[in-house]
Amino acid sequence: MPMNYEQATAAYEPTLGLEVHVELNTKSKMFCSCATEFGAEPNTQTCPVCLGLPGSLPVVNAMAIESTILIGLALNCSIAPFSRFARKNYFYPDMPKNFQTSQYDEPICVDGYLDVEIETDEGPKTFRVDIERVHMEEDTGKSLHVGGSTGRIHGAEYSLLDYNRAGIPLVEIVTRIVPGTGKYAPLVARAYVTELRDILRSLGVSDVKMEQGSLRCDVNLSLAPIGSDKLGTRSETKNVNSLRSVERAVSGEFVRQANRLESGERIVQETRHFLEESGETRPGRSKETAEDYRYFPEPDLVPVTPDADWIEELRKSLPEKPSLRRKRLQEEWNVPAKEMESMVNAELLDVVEETVKLGADATRARSWWLGEVSRLANEKEVAPTTLINANQVAEVIALIVTGELTDKLARQVVEGVINGEGTPREVIDKRGLKVVSDDSALMIAIEAAIAAQPDTAERVRGGNLPAAGALIGAVMKATGGQADAAKVRELLLKHLGQS
Amino acid sequence: MAAISRDEVAHLARLSRIEMNDAELDHLASELDLILGAVARVQEVAQGDIPPTSHAIPLHNVFRADVVKPSLTPEESLSGAPATEGPRFKVPQILGEAE
Ligand SMILES: [Zn+2]
Repeated sequence: MPMNYEQATAAYEPTLGLEVHVELNTKSKMFCSCATEFGAEPNTQTCPVCLGLPGSLPVVNAMAIESTILIGLALNCSIAPFSRFARKNYFYPDMPKNFQTSQYDEPICVDGYLDVEIETDEGPKTFRVDIERVHMEEDTGKSLHVGGSTGRIHGAEYSLLDYNRAGIPLVEIVTRIVPGTGKYAPLVARAYVTELRDILRSLGVSDVKMEQGSLRCDVNLSLAPIGSDKLGTRSETKNVNSLRSVERAVSGEFVRQANRLESGERIVQETRHFLEESGETRPGRSKETAEDYRYFPEPDLVPVTPDADWIEELRKSLPEKPSLRRKRLQEEWNVPAKEMESMVNAELLDVVEETVKLGADATRARSWWLGEVSRLANEKEVAPTTLINANQVAEVIALIVTGELTDKLARQVVEGVINGEGTPREVIDKRGLKVVSDDSALMIAIEAAIAAQPDTAERVRGGNLPAAGALIGAVMKATGGQADAAKVRELLLKHLGQS
Repeated sequence: MAAISRDEVAHLARLSRIEMNDAELDHLASELDLILGAVARVQEVAQGDIPPTSHAIPLHNVFRADVVKPSLTPEESLSGAPATEGPRFKVPQILGEAE
């Protein structure tokens, strides 16, 4: 009987480590001036430098250095006064140079930490994830394996290479091992990558799109029997491309290793690949023939020695920490944690905040963005913020508050704005979407409704207020939904002597 | 003691994808040993007070602004490739490596 997750965590203690690669969003590559557009036609963003042609020389992109320092500072790292690039030598066609320019023993940022909070059985608990290093390197090209059955290397007859991605600035963020996470290892891993993603986004240094590969996570995990102070052999799981997958990769690997250990087998130190469909991992390259990258200092590049003033200037420009900002906004807006999470996950926190700053109340701003706008965005399969902006949503909300629009009319206004019919005002004018608020016009409809349902009107007169619903409904129908229901109710009850 | 062994040279040759026969290995191992011996003499001179350098000129912080300049056309990029298919470089089957 194989162990399940609960049994595995009851018997074994995990040691977790995470390596995150993030593609910076610089306009040009790390060492050359080629563009970095995602999804461009193959090999349209290549030059002698990123193709590794003889005689070409790399020059470091200043913005990439700045972004990396910002990341280091946001992760509480020390910025090295002297750091160097190194060649990581390997033969694989994804790098036409036969080496990747990286950093080895002299990374630019070292010794940081990131605190992450998770829900445990005993309530919220903070884990400190120590950051060993943040270093600069370059991304590799993309291979397409042709022949065979699945597009995998095995069985492929040949491979095709697109070097557009080769040389895009890549920052690698490596944690120290995170001890003592126990059964919460998957949650800690996910919380760490989530918080890191939010920080990177707040710094504006990367698109942090896991599905496009601009943020990638490798999960290192080893197990040891609880109570033993030995470290187990670790596996490294690659290709973990969503936050949910980070969590699943840790729990899947936990169970796999526990079962191997349980049946007396040993864990092989190897690279494994995460399988999105099953949540399991399959073996990749074995590391038993230890990789030998023959790192040496890159002779074509000079050392990076950021001066203290520059670092302090960057430190001052750091934005509010996302976790603190979330806490602050949650308090200011008085929203439940779950709702806050929905906004963060939908990437709507910024725009909701902007809408609130423009005068909308938080509850309405939240519900419009998460509700109607998100619904329409889902239909069109685009991001909500590409359809309508904070100004327009704030204007619609203001019109609801002043009673010029009902919720129902407001939805039509939003739809009109999204269809490109103009500003909310223009949509209202063009579509004739004005709340019927003229009391006399409403009174005619109310009297007609009472005349049509005299028995109902009598019950309301007798104090049966819920019965008024049928009359209000009739008025709303008669006015084509353009009346303000609250106003109708008020007038109706007054007319029937109930207020 | 030799600065580099024959086995180490064989290992480096494998890593560098250079095929070498026994005679070549013997020859190169002794030659490299001489070269490394010569380099080691520099280390004797450079004691702890001289930090190792990786560049001939004492420069640092040579940066460029983050500005895009035109790339090669795909035709130009592919022009030196031994094999291509469409707009991509074509390389032989990759064996014994991970994906
Ligand atoms: Zn280039």
